This record gives sequence, structure tokens and C-alpha cells, in this order.
Amino acid sequence: MAQQTLNQQEKYVEAWNASVAGDAAGVPDAIRAIRESAIARFSEIGFPTARRGNEEWKYTDVSSIANATYASLVPSPTNRVATKTLDQHIMGGSVWNRLVFVDGHWLPELSWLPSLPAEVTAMSLANAMASKPHLVADDLAQHALFQDSGFTALNTAFLRDGALITIPEGIEVDEPIHLIFLSSGQEQGSVSHPRTLVTLAANAKATVIESYGGLVNGPYLTNAVSEFVLGPGAHLDTFHLQQHGHQAYHVGSTQVKLANDSSFSAGAFDFGGRISRNTLNVKLEGAGSTCNLYGLYMTNDSQHVDNQVFVDHAAPHTTSKQVYKGVLDGHSRGVFHGSITVRQNAQKTNALQMDKNLLLSDHAEADTKPALWIYADDVKCGHGATCGKLDDTALFYLRSRGLDEFSARRMLIHAFANEVLDNVGLTPLRVHLEQFVSSSLRFEGESS
Amino acid sequence: MLEIRNLTASVGGVQVLNGINLSIQPGTVHAIMGPNGSGKSTLSNVLAGHPQYTVNSGEALLDGVDLLSMPPEERARAGIFLCFQHPVEIPGVRMDHFMRAGYNAIHKSRGLDEADPIQFDRMLKETSKIVEIDPTLLKRSVNDGFSGGEKKRNEILQMAMLAPKLSILDEPDSGLDVDSLRIVAEGINQLRSPDKAVVLITHYQRILHYVVPDVVNVLINGRIVKSGGEELAAEIEANGYEGLDQALHPSS
Repeated sequence: MAQQTLNQQEKYVEAWNASVAGDAAGVPDAIRAIRESAIARFSEIGFPTARRGNEEWKYTDVSSIANATYASLVPSPTNRVATKTLDQHIMGGSVWNRLVFVDGHWLPELSWLPSLPAEVTAMSLANAMASKPHLVADDLAQHALFQDSGFTALNTAFLRDGALITIPEGIEVDEPIHLIFLSSGQEQGSVSHPRTLVTLAANAKATVIESYGGLVNGPYLTNAVSEFVLGPGAHLDTFHLQQHGHQAYHVGSTQVKLANDSSFSAGAFDFGGRISRNTLNVKLEGAGSTCNLYGLYMTNDSQHVDNQVFVDHAAPHTTSKQVYKGVLDGHSRGVFHGSITVRQNAQKTNALQMDKNLLLSDHAEADTKPALWIYADDVKCGHGATCGKLDDTALFYLRSRGLDEFSARRMLIHAFANEVLDNVGLTPLRVHLEQFVSSSLRFEGESS
Repeated sequence: MLEIRNLTASVGGVQVLNGINLSIQPGTVHAIMGPNGSGKSTLSNVLAGHPQYTVNSGEALLDGVDLLSMPPEERARAGIFLCFQHPVEIPGVRMDHFMRAGYNAIHKSRGLDEADPIQFDRMLKETSKIVEIDPTLLKRSVNDGFSGGEKKRNEILQMAMLAPKLSILDEPDSGLDVDSLRIVAEGINQLRSPDKAVVLITHYQRILHYVVPDVVNVLINGRIVKSGGEELAAEIEANGYEGLDQALHPSS
């Protein structure tokens, strides 16, 4: 009998058995149990590759991610990070706090925390599990559910390290905490599962930036999961920067839970990747909680970016706003699915959703799918979507004042992006993003 | 300065200009008057290079240089300025940033010094007095939320900043109250000089009381049917375009 070759799904399970299964030291029993159920679930459901009846993945075909043969499913730890590579991600000079990870593993020599209040914990999840298990006991892997998501199941199964930020009651962290996740892409492609847990106790305040990128411009998969948990009156601003190379795959899932009167914001910026898919799930669990979710995706060539945003109004007097914008060039495709659920008891909800796309090429495509599920009667909900090209009359107006066509187009694209960028109050981040917007623009006659 | 010969042009597949001939000397103000649909805006857009208009035949030379083969930005750099009848609102682009970009592009093309933001800000503030514009308006998005009068005054401000050879003003008086009309007209007068020329397109005689033209041209059905002195404007105001129309059809 010929030896049966393993399919890709089985290879992940085999890799798990050979690594994580035996890796018990310093891992709380509860986490080990969760990892075991996660790998069991993954081996049942696998990747969401089915094309029929697969509404959630209708516009994003992940078979190329699922079927890719990566040289390394469990990359060995490396700390060889070229300064130049890291510099592309560094912001805030010597003031911001920074934790750097390669393939999900913390690199202490590149991390530093110059402006962190003593009460605040920002550390590697592996160290926390080993030395401060009480910090992860309540929330780690409790919010990002994996029963229906093969990618989240896989991330949870391979949970060994990542970032932990814990902010106690009433503490305000003035300077941002910047998490930089780099994929090594070693040995012709690798898979990594970055993991983040951020908890804010009552009336705490912080800013957290997640940057994703690669050490090489090769085919690798980054499969990230983040959990943000806010106590009453807490305030958290987050930013998600995806700036992989054009061959990389990125799948990210973020789960947010908001207690009463807390406020949360998330800025999602997608510039890189071959296929990039972000799921943002916000549960407004406490009365009076609010969230402001916005995003900018800029794509070219055959890039594909998919943002799935789910907002669940589960309590009265809750407010949500989603404003996403796409600038699509070449043969690229932008997908936006925004879902708003207003539960029966969530009276006085105010929810807004907007997706606007600018198509710079006849071959680019934008797919927008709004969904509103409203079970309460005293609510205010609005949604809208637009898709268009640069305004010819505005272009002529600018050119009639002496601007060349390239500068005029650039000016209009910046203006389009500014509605999203204006949410970013942090100057170093704003500058970084503006540079990215500029560098992702190219026009006929220009080469990449 | 500007020579237009047998110019015909179309928009949306319909020919609107049917053979324009016009010669404009430096230091002069030419009024172009005509009824709705006679081709006034088409003429101004064709001269400024609006891509939606197609030139079918004829030529337009600015100081002997073929204007019609240039993209709009090169015409601006050569010294053409179009004061838009409907200035475009561009949310997200700051007025002063946009004006400095245009100013510097034009200056660079002529080998002149470019202005840094501080220098430009100073010039802008000084020039904005001509049209009595609140300088804080210029920190806002281009024409975004401007009143009708502010938009028109803003066009004159841009004209003053860019110092064009030939300004084409497409109904700068439309929709203005008496005060704004006076401000716009005074702005135009201040920019008159022996080496510059103005083409003032208008529907009514009203603005010509403030900006006295050297030549009045009557445009009907895409042709200039009559030219004369400022008295021609008064004649039109009194009798309308009816009688002049016959100049098109001398046999009837």
C-alpha cells in the first residue's frame, strides 16, 4: 500500500503534535486544555475553503492560503532582525513603549519600555503564563472564540507566546504601547500565530498600536488573534497597521468587549499583503459604551483586502461608528462587510456604518456588503456605501492652476484618505501613515 | 496676445463653437456677451483645456504659441487663468496648500523662486485684502462650504496670486449681491495692466459698469456676430439679443 500523503490540514495537526503538544512547561493547565480543544476543533473544521454556502468568505477565497506549502509550520525562534527592517516600523522615537516579536515570539533585546507607569504590565505572554498566571487566567482565549473559525482555532492551538498588556484601575498610560509583529518568512515561507491580550480595568486609559510586517518579501502566513477587554469607564485607542510584502498572507481576528461607559477606537490600515483578511468583532456589553472603528485600505496589482466588522449592541445607550475607505488600483480588490446587531434591550442605540471606495483603475473591484439586524425599536442606525473614480472636474480645477496631473491626482487621493487619517491624533503615526499613502500611489509610466 | 482663428469645438458630441475669430491685445479688457447656450462657457473651457471639450478645427495662439495642444497645467504655466463660473468644492484639500502648489508649479516652470509656506502665507494674507476674504477661510478645504460670493472672490484671489497674462472670467458676476459684485469688480480692476489682458464673459451689463471693457463681443450660436465699444453693452441691455441674431443670417 502506498504511503498516504498528508493534506495541508493534517500537516498542521502533525506539526502541533510534534511541538505544542509536548510543550507543557510554564503553561497553565487551563491554557493547555484550551489549546487541545482548539487543535481538535481545527482538525474537524479546517480552513474555510468551501465555496458553496460559505457566506462569510464569499468574496475571499482562502484556498491559496490553505493549500500553500510552507517550509516551516513551527518556525524556530530567531533574533536576527536587520535594523533596517525594524526601522520601517519604529515610531515615536525613544518615547513610545515597544515590544517586538518575531514569529510570535518576544525579542527582549529589541523591546523597551521607557515610559510605562510602574503599575502597568506589558510583557511576553510566555513569561506571563510561567510567572504571573493570574494575569492571564480570566481573559486569555476567553473572548476570541474558535468554534466557528479555523484560523482562530489554529492560532489558539499554537498559543505559546505573544503580547500581554494589563492596566490596573484608574491608571492612564500617556505614551503609546507599540507591538511590532514580524514574520521571519524563513526557509521558503513560514507560518506564525501572533497573539495579543490587552485588559484595562475600570477607568484605565491607553493607546496600543499593532504593526504587522515581514523580515523578507516572501510567501508567509501571519495568523493573528487579539483580545481587548475594557472595564467600566475605560478608554482604549488601538491601531492596526498591516504592511506586509505583496506575497504575504495575513489573517487577523480581533475580539473586543466593552463594559459600561467604556470607549474604544480602532484604526485599521492595510497597505500590504497578497491576501489580507481582518475580522473585528466588537461587543458593546455595557450601557453607555461607545466605539469608533475606521479603516483605510490601499491596494494595487492583484492584492486582495477584506475587512469584516461586526458590532453587537447588547446594551442600551450604546454608540458605534464605522467608516472605512478603500483606494484600489491595478487588478486589486477590496471587500468590506459591516454588520450591526442591535439587541432587543439595546434601546437608544446610535449606529453608523459607511464604506467608500475610490477606484483608480478599470480593473479594480470593490465589494461592500452591509448587514443590519435590529431588534430594538428606539434606535438610530444609518449605513451607506459608495464607489467611484476621481472627479474629473476637480482634477481639471487643480490642473488649471498649474498642478501637473500626477500631483493633482495625488492631492485628491490624499484628500479622500484624510477623512480616515484625521482620526489619527498621534503625530508620529499620522506622519508614518501619510508616507505610506504617498508611497503606495503610483501612476501610469511609473514603475513599482 | 491671444489670436483665435476659426475655432470650432464640441461637448458631448454636439458642436457648440462654430468658428470663433477673436484677437485680443495686451492691456485690453474684452467682454463677451451672449444669450444662454451661445457657447460662452464652452469658449472659456476650451481655452483653459477642459478635457471634456473637443476642438474640431481652428487654432488659438497665445503670443504665437499653440495653446490647444497643451494640457491644462501647461496653459496655466504659459499664463492662462480661468475664473470658474462654478468653482469646484474639494473636501480634504486645504485652500492654501492647493494654492501654494499651483503657485510653485507655475513659478518653477518659469525659472522663478518657489515660496515656502511662511512666505506664501504672508503673500496670501496681503493679497486676500484685495478681495476682502477672511484669511482663516483659506485654511479650510477648497471652496468647501463657501458662500457663492466667497467662491467668486476666492477665484479672483487665485487670479491675483498667479498673476496670469490672460485671465478668462466666466460669469464672475453670477449670483453675486451688490457688495460682492463691487469687491469682485474692484479686484479685476486692480489687476488690469498694460501687459495683461482680460476676457470677461457675462450675461448682463451690470458688471460692465464697474469693469469698463475696451471691446464688447457678442456671441450667438457659437459665433461672434458683432464687436464694438462699451456702448454695445448698453444697446444689448436695452434691446436684447434679438436684433443682433440677424447678423448671423444676413440674407433673411
